[in-house]
Amino acid sequence: MLEYARWKYVLVAAVLLLAMLFALPNFFGEDPALQVARKDHNAVTGEGEKELEAFLKERNISFARSYIDNGRLMVRFGNVAQQLAARDAVNEKYTGTYITALSFAPRTPEFLRALGLRPMPLGLDLRGGLYLLYQVDVNAAVAQALEGYAQDARRALAGAGIAVTDVTTVAVGSERPNAVRIVLPPEADASAARNALGQALAGLSISTLNLERGAAIVGVLTPAQIRERQDYAIQQNITTLRNRVNELGVSEPIVQRQGIDRINVQLPGVQNSAEVKDILGRVATLEFRLEDMQNNAMEAAQSGRAPLGSKLYTHTRVGRPLLLKREVIATGDQLTNATSGQSQEGPAVNIKLDARAGENMLKTTRANLNKRMAVVLIEKRRETTEVDGKKVTRDVTDEDVINDATIRGIFSNQFQITGLGAGEARELALLLRSGSLATGIYPIEERAVGPSLGRENIQKGVTALIVGMAGVFLFMALYYQTFGLVADLVLLANVVLLTALLSMMRASLSLPGIAGIILTVGMAVDANVLIYERIREEIRKGVTPQAAIRAGFDKAFSAITDSNVTTLIAGVVLWVLGTGPIKGFAIVLSLGIITSMFTSLMGSRALLTLMYGGRRKISRLAIG
Amino acid sequence: MEFFSHQTRFPFMATRKVWYTLSAILIVIALGSFFTRGLNLAIDFTGGVSAEVKFTKAADVDAVRAALTGAGFHEPQVQNFGSSRDIAIRLPPDAKLAPSEVRSKLEGALRQLDPNVQVAQLDVVGPQVGNELRVSAIWALAWTLILIFAYIAFRFHTWRLSFGAILAVLHDPVLVLGFFSITQMPFDLAVVAAILAVIGYSLNDTVIVFDRIRERFETNRRSPPAEVLDEAINQTLSRTIMTKVVTSIVVVALLFLGGPVLKGFSAALLIGIIAGTYSSIYISSSIALDCGLTAEHVFPSVKKAALDHLP
Repeated sequence: MLEYARWKYVLVAAVLLLAMLFALPNFFGEDPALQVARKDHNAVTGEGEKELEAFLKERNISFARSYIDNGRLMVRFGNVAQQLAARDAVNEKYTGTYITALSFAPRTPEFLRALGLRPMPLGLDLRGGLYLLYQVDVNAAVAQALEGYAQDARRALAGAGIAVTDVTTVAVGSERPNAVRIVLPPEADASAARNALGQALAGLSISTLNLERGAAIVGVLTPAQIRERQDYAIQQNITTLRNRVNELGVSEPIVQRQGIDRINVQLPGVQNSAEVKDILGRVATLEFRLEDMQNNAMEAAQSGRAPLGSKLYTHTRVGRPLLLKREVIATGDQLTNATSGQSQEGPAVNIKLDARAGENMLKTTRANLNKRMAVVLIEKRRETTEVDGKKVTRDVTDEDVINDATIRGIFSNQFQITGLGAGEARELALLLRSGSLATGIYPIEERAVGPSLGRENIQKGVTALIVGMAGVFLFMALYYQTFGLVADLVLLANVVLLTALLSMMRASLSLPGIAGIILTVGMAVDANVLIYERIREEIRKGVTPQAAIRAGFDKAFSAITDSNVTTLIAGVVLWVLGTGPIKGFAIVLSLGIITSMFTSLMGSRALLTLMYGGRRKISRLAIG
Repeated sequence: MEFFSHQTRFPFMATRKVWYTLSAILIVIALGSFFTRGLNLAIDFTGGVSAEVKFTKAADVDAVRAALTGAGFHEPQVQNFGSSRDIAIRLPPDAKLAPSEVRSKLEGALRQLDPNVQVAQLDVVGPQVGNELRVSAIWALAWTLILIFAYIAFRFHTWRLSFGAILAVLHDPVLVLGFFSITQMPFDLAVVAAILAVIGYSLNDTVIVFDRIRERFETNRRSPPAEVLDEAINQTLSRTIMTKVVTSIVVVALLFLGGPVLKGFSAALLIGIIAGTYSSIYISSSIALDCGLTAEHVFPSVKKAALDHLP
């Protein structure tokens, strides 16, 4: 008698149904689409959607569908010509409000999209695009921090009336500078100097040395502080790059840290690297300015005229127009640190300026208590537009008010901005950093794939997949007859399950990934072959068909798990150590081994038990 | 259909000297080529520039080379690939060449030959990236081997089996490296991935044979070990070959239809699978036998005295 527990049937059926649902979005293909985002980073509203739809209709540009996805409007088109026409029209009419990006939108039906189901994103080698790897000069970030400490130390000692011979950055027990050394004249009082330096060198491990020419005070950055500085530099650059990439109007860009001191940027669909690097490499700064409280910003916004000595900002992240005084209290290159954290009043952003800006801030806050101060992020970039078929390049300055707060106390170079949500505090800190003096980055690797080559790669991968699978299916059916067909069904289920897992993980599919799927099909056969060969062996021994099936599964179990572990080890090592497409291959390979064990051990047993189970009398198995 | 209708009885153990010699010859050739000719490392590992260019008409390789040299590129390697209009260009790393300049310089030089030329793919890898990838590839290989060794030692309590499995596993990547050295096919990151997959996959067979050896020893404790090992290999032979034939079907499909990007990858897989099948049938068990494997090693808990009482 051959039986299989009911819960196992249920499990197999449930997993396969779910898998089909998750894998489904991959089979609808893609349409050319236009992605429209608001320049001020707010979400596109339903009204905005209606307005744009009406605008496209008015221009006689037909489109298939439009919907809001993640705060961006996606408009799907039947062909590329319509897509391009729509982009040009929207760019021309809404240049100040919207940023557009050419993209592809899946033809996934509405109900699947509403469930949050999406197809696997395609890697750059399959859809074309630009991959850039930036090296971040993290050592310069540490040097910058040390320079800041040195400056603060000089000021602190000058303030306390203590003379110094020399303030330098030095390397203590390391290859690179990691400490500030203050050398005092022979007659100076070292302990008084040390007290005076307490604030300026806070956080460093301080020691006093007695040199021949006088005492020296050395403050060393701990390894943890150095790492923190380096992380800070990377984060700062990632934020800056992300902001700029978003404004490039690329759909689904990726900006992520790679290793200790690298950032990789992936821009699908982008070809011209020179233009991109122009934008990514542009300069940003910050300005701290007082708000003009005498005049009404709403009125100014309506008339479009700012009073003398003030500047009007209509697009702001604080959500209302603002009038700011023209005097600048502090600029971005004077900002030495901005981090988000907790204060007694909830989430806060802690800001540190250098000593010079601190003095200015002290004067300003003393005179303007309870007035409001705003921070403006200013970015300069080059924009190339096509006017009458000619390319025109002009410099564009984007100014954005990123914060506006009441001055609650008198402070100099260290203060907090409070009254924010935790998420807001984090974002503000990142924005502030992106406008502060950035650590240098330079591209060290660049890979570009043209869109036609991408399509060719997909075609080749899919052809190889279909031919390979067809070959395997045919072979199995011929060699194992009915059982071979069962194995074919199980293999198909395996590919569906694997596709579903990859879609759920949103891991992008590259050509090596497709190769991984193909290889998985070949290797997944192994488990079936092991089981079937065992069944044949049992039949040869003269066992009844049903007992042979049961024995085949039971005896092959240890061999299947054992043998798959070794391949899984190789897959996981590659997953951990590999980058880019290799990682993609490793993910597919590792997941494929797991899914194939599930489908061949549980799925095929469920199917065979359904076919041959119960008390039926079977004299012969069609196993070739 | 059945290729192995009756149980085969190939005398693998008795003929093992022949197979050892064959393996030794192949390994010597592979290592000899590896140490004298080396590998044709792709820019993944060396750094430099690699481009695929599509001309609108048939391109003259020499003219392309001359144009590139004229534009100030050093030692450009220019080859046709695919059709006569498709050209692959490779440039060695050049410290003076900034990644951002490569595209415009390259396009400028090629447009003199064909104003509508298209750069379909352009990779610029800095020398430090290449170095790091080389190091991380070696680490990946080392970790895979270490973890697999640990796994075998855990699974098969006797070093005799572990040793056989390990030698068989080392055997396969060496032959793949030899193949890439002899053919001078470009050796890139994808090939390294394929080699790691091969190591895992080839061990798979060895493990299944060993699993059967354990099973046979359990039922036939008194038969001579050589007989038991032959029996185990013969019994799993049909499965070993069937599986590899099926996997080879998909790998061959990849090799011929997957396009140039996957050529090296699938070639490495194919060679690795063939070598792996060979080593798990002919090498791994024979080595265990030569190390003196007996039933007691596999079942150390069973005392000899107890065995004597068995019928």
